[in-house]
Amino acid sequence: MNDWFPEILSWPFLAAGSFFYLVGSIGLMRMPDVYTRMHATSVSDTFGAALLLIGMMITAGFSLVTAKLLIILLILLYTGPVATHALARAARYAKVEPVLHKGEEGSSSKL
Amino acid sequence: MKLDLILRVATKLLVPFILLFALYVQFHGDYGPGGGFQAGVIAAAMVILYAITYGLEPAKRAVPPAVAQAMIPLGVLIFAGTGVATMLLGDNYLAYNALDHHNPVHGQHLGILIVEFGVLVTVAGTMVAVFYTFAGRGR
Repeated sequence: MNDWFPEILSWPFLAAGSFFYLVGSIGLMRMPDVYTRMHATSVSDTFGAALLLIGMMITAGFSLVTAKLLIILLILLYTGPVATHALARAARYAKVEPVLHKGEEGSSSKL
Repeated sequence: MKLDLILRVATKLLVPFILLFALYVQFHGDYGPGGGFQAGVIAAAMVILYAITYGLEPAKRAVPPAVAQAMIPLGVLIFAGTGVATMLLGDNYLAYNALDHHNPVHGQHLGILIVEFGVLVTVAGTMVAVFYTFAGRGR
């Protein structure tokens, strides 16, 4: 009778992770420039991947697969922000201007 | 390139784990996905990541181009030498059964490991040599 418990427990995590990936994808398609697109994808990807992996860990139980998933989670949480940071730096060095409101046109000189 | 402290620290922490993962892919290739080619590419990607973050010269100090170029024939020699060794032990070319007289299965495991190591050496050396050649162009 214990078989269904991890399944039910893991489903909210998997659904929430999929939701964050969906939000990230919509943000990637709809956001206007590089920086906001990066914001939409990187935050949701890190969080969505973490939720998906936690859900998979609950399903896998206490085993070697869980240890491997934990290592994948740690590496994702470590490399995701670093990759986003590198991408944002590259965009700034390539002098990509962020899209601003018309009223804030003067603030673009600070970048 | 002076203020990329985050990338430098992150790369320095990642490099040994990338090599560890390459060796895992190499030696777990008998039982799971992986093998010599994939492990060689991962090991070469480690060197390329180091070169991209720290510059070409420190990477060439860590892995000299002469070493990378020597690795290309060395891996082929390991591969072909295994075949010649099985011939000297009295069996066909690359017949791993001859490597262990007591248990042919152990001989096969050993032969696959040695041959895959040769593939790792050649692939890693080729990738790093190609990267050095293209990265050093036009300077």
